[in-house]
Amino acid sequence: MEDEQSFSDIYGGRLALQRRCYSPSCLEFCLSCPRITLRSLTAVTCTVWLAAYGLFTLCENSMILSAAIFITLLGLLGYLHFVKIDHETLLIIDSLGIQMTSSYASGKESTTFIEMGEVKDVVINEAIYMQKVIYYLCILLKDPVEPHGISQVVPLFQSAKPRLDCLIEVYRSCQDILAHQRATSTSP
Amino acid sequence: MVLKAFFPTCCASADSGLLVGRWVPEQSSAVVLAVVHFPFIPIQVKELLAQVQQASQVGVTVLGTWCHRRQEPEESLGHFLEGLGAIFSHKPWFQLCRERGSKSWSCKATHWQGPTSHAASGEDQVMLIFYDQRKVLLSQLHPPAVLPDRQAGDTTASAGGLAAVFDTVARSEALFQSDRFDEGPVRLSHWQSEGVEASILVELAKWAAGPVCLLLACLLSLVSAASACRVFKLWPLSFIWSKLSTCEQLRHRLEQLTLIFSTRKAKNPAQLMRKANMLVSVLLDVALGLMLLSWLHRKDLIGQLADALIPVADHVAKELQHLLQWLMGAPAGLKMNRALDQVLGRFFLYHIHLWISYIHLMSPFIERILWHVGLSACLGLTVALSILSDIIALLTFHIYCFYVYGARLYCLKIHGLSSLWRLFRGKKWNVLRQRVDSCSYDLDQLFIGTLLFTILVFLLPTTALYYLVFTLLRLLVVTVQGLIHLLVDLINSLPLYSLGLRLCRPYRLAAGVKFRVLEHETGRPLRLLMQINPLPYSRVVHTYRLPTCGCHPKHSWGSLCRKLFFGELIYPWRQRGDKQD
Repeated sequence: MEDEQSFSDIYGGRLALQRRCYSPSCLEFCLSCPRITLRSLTAVTCTVWLAAYGLFTLCENSMILSAAIFITLLGLLGYLHFVKIDHETLLIIDSLGIQMTSSYASGKESTTFIEMGEVKDVVINEAIYMQKVIYYLCILLKDPVEPHGISQVVPLFQSAKPRLDCLIEVYRSCQDILAHQRATSTSP
Repeated sequence: MVLKAFFPTCCASADSGLLVGRWVPEQSSAVVLAVVHFPFIPIQVKELLAQVQQASQVGVTVLGTWCHRRQEPEESLGHFLEGLGAIFSHKPWFQLCRERGSKSWSCKATHWQGPTSHAASGEDQVMLIFYDQRKVLLSQLHPPAVLPDRQAGDTTASAGGLAAVFDTVARSEALFQSDRFDEGPVRLSHWQSEGVEASILVELAKWAAGPVCLLLACLLSLVSAASACRVFKLWPLSFIWSKLSTCEQLRHRLEQLTLIFSTRKAKNPAQLMRKANMLVSVLLDVALGLMLLSWLHRKDLIGQLADALIPVADHVAKELQHLLQWLMGAPAGLKMNRALDQVLGRFFLYHIHLWISYIHLMSPFIERILWHVGLSACLGLTVALSILSDIIALLTFHIYCFYVYGARLYCLKIHGLSSLWRLFRGKKWNVLRQRVDSCSYDLDQLFIGTLLFTILVFLLPTTALYYLVFTLLRLLVVTVQGLIHLLVDLINSLPLYSLGLRLCRPYRLAAGVKFRVLEHETGRPLRLLMQINPLPYSRVVHTYRLPTCGCHPKHSWGSLCRKLFFGELIYPWRQRGDKQD
């Protein structure tokens, strides 16, 4: 069962939330970030090349122009591979754990999996980010030593940064599954 | 209640049979290790499982049945399979079924209540998780870094779950010994059932490693016994050995080689990795050293270096003389105290004159010495770099001497000034109570004290300027030596074998797992694929870096500035805690 909704992030960009329900105990949310636009790419390339041409007229060394081309290419590759995140996925499997995947624009994927035994709760928290106060969804991990303590807070959807309405959708579904998991784990 | 069944991907196409594996009740998950095919005799199956259990300390049992048929199982087969459930009783009893050539799986887990109450047995939902048996067997889980205020032992209790799966598969090697072509009583299907795979080279290397290690261990023990003999412990030699960084590096390498070729087997995977890293580091070092040697000899650089060395030393001495002449005049427009200036300047000039004579005395032997030193590069690039650092230290010995003279003079002056300043104000340093107390001085004490204080204050700029200049020179030399040491440390400590393993066999070093949901149809159980999430490179370097000599500057920037201000001598390299005045 799949459905798609459109939300916005904290800067006003458009996000698409895709929700897939494989079974009552397995749920996947996929949040797609706004893509890199041709306008911004052209602007950056033109700035770099104009600056290089300006330096070239000063120094009369053609190596500067080749260096500028290299820098642009390498910078673009590095940006697509290490910085620009295309979509973020949250997979919750009852009694197994929660998995967060970030897919970069070059296709690289970086995954983290947290076992259900370590998850205490999933909550929406407030934070001060630059000059704004934003909401973010996070997973609270249990403390192995202290039963009621929290050892770590893992924030979700860090590069997409959706607004509260999107977070509430995800939060409700997560809480359904966590409640079901708690109910079944206490019974033998 | 959802049960989890970990199923190896290699058994997905196996014929029907019994599922054999381990049931973990705390996670309510079953780890399937192999499939036993028909025909079999239940007694023999139980014997085999008991043997495996004894050999591997893993509770291997029969978990259920596996059915791989062209169409839906017939009624007779269904009863036969349930009959098996009575022979090998296990709670819960899994029944996995797959139609040949299709992707639809079905599985049920029943709690066997008894032969009569079939209808009352509860059925639970099962989630199928596929895993690659070979990769899980070979990989090593690295749990996330523990918080600094916790012990590592606390987290093992909560790190059950997937660590238990990895542990089970890794320890069940005894089950994977027999393959399909064996003539044993029981036919198993697992990742090695197509034939146990091995490499001839690896087996030969393992076989030859024993005698080779023994031989090399004897040689190395001879060398270390020779180096530990009494002659080298006498005072001048032991002092020199402790100062030279070459000896430190050689000692470090000797220790590493002794560890690599010791005949004791590695106790755990971390020690094995450490040995492998050390071996690769030593081999790379020697290879780089040999490359350097061939480059030096090809261009006959040693001869050129020897010819250039004396003129360079002369040039440095001449520059120092010019510097001192400048200081003896009016440096940067400052007015110095002429008499003190002349005394200090002449003293240092005489020192440089001695140094130049010494260098000229050595000049005929330089080329031979350099040639022999160049040979030492075949012991490794790190040894060559350490020798370079030592040569720099020896050639700039006069700068070090000047720094010590200047620093001592300045230090004395500062202490004298502070003590006389206290006298000026009518106070005294109380040694017993380690604090400043007031004191009533006599008139003549005050008179002489004030006089001396005035003299020292007016002589301060001269001494301070000499101290500043020579400290800057010394810091420059120390920086160059520091860079060389940094490079040596890098070569010593980088875990190249682990990095290579991460690059070529990323599943061996696992940070965790990741799941992917496979095609799902409603009414069928949920199927997931478990893959290994490899360790990021930064964590590989952090976990497996080799310990180095530890010659790192022990001061923070604040204490360094304080020492410079008060004229205390700076020793950037404290090697093995030796003390020196």
